[in-house]
Amino acid sequence: MLTIHTRLISAMIAQASNDHPIEACGIIAGPAGSNLPLRLIPMRNAAQSESFFMFDSQQQLQVWKEMNARHEEPIVIYHSHTASEAYPSRSDVELAAEPQAHYIIIPSYSPDENEVRSFRIVDQMVIEERIRIVQQYQPELEFQMVA
Amino acid sequence: MSVTVIVPTILRSLTNQQKHIDMEGSQVSEVIDHMDQQYPGIKEKLVANGDAHRFINIYVNDNDIRFQDGLATSLRDGDVLTILPAVAGG
Repeated sequence: MLTIHTRLISAMIAQASNDHPIEACGIIAGPAGSNLPLRLIPMRNAAQSESFFMFDSQQQLQVWKEMNARHEEPIVIYHSHTASEAYPSRSDVELAAEPQAHYIIIPSYSPDENEVRSFRIVDQMVIEERIRIVQQYQPELEFQMVA
Repeated sequence: MSVTVIVPTILRSLTNQQKHIDMEGSQVSEVIDHMDQQYPGIKEKLVANGDAHRFINIYVNDNDIRFQDGLATSLRDGDVLTILPAVAGG
């Protein structure tokens, strides 16, 4: 199960709506091993496609180095589907390289909190999981949140 | 040339779970060949049809080798070669 702050969900939906019909993408970083999404980082979709996304490689290196320095990891990796079901596509599964991450898909043709879905993708296997949307984190964590 | 290679989590099963590896080579391709001798199987994860795999990012210091000379990108002593799986999908 993924527990996530409502503001982070809203921020992902807003980005997906803004970028529609191009696929939007990004990560939410959090302390390594915490399973707690805190810092939302929108990423540039280098593919600029309605049916594909790829993080801009130079931006990815900078973001990954910053996470490393802060002892963080990508807790959530998200992207939008602009026309197809909010379920991992074949390429989503083949290219998933972060077994600890929650893979979120936002249907930008139906931008609603209840339509957002989350998956674990490990060894090419997809398992859907429940999303628990919370209105608040502990105060000191909420202070660190970037949405 | 001695360089440090930073290995992503997903490939560490091939490197005895090592994250940082010191390697020799004057070009990226040479470093990958040397790695493959020491850690068999890693080259096929990084190289396809003689070029860097489309969905694997390789950087020399802060620069993606796609925007340099690809696998022929030359290396200097002390360079850091970072491997990151691209985050991509449909």
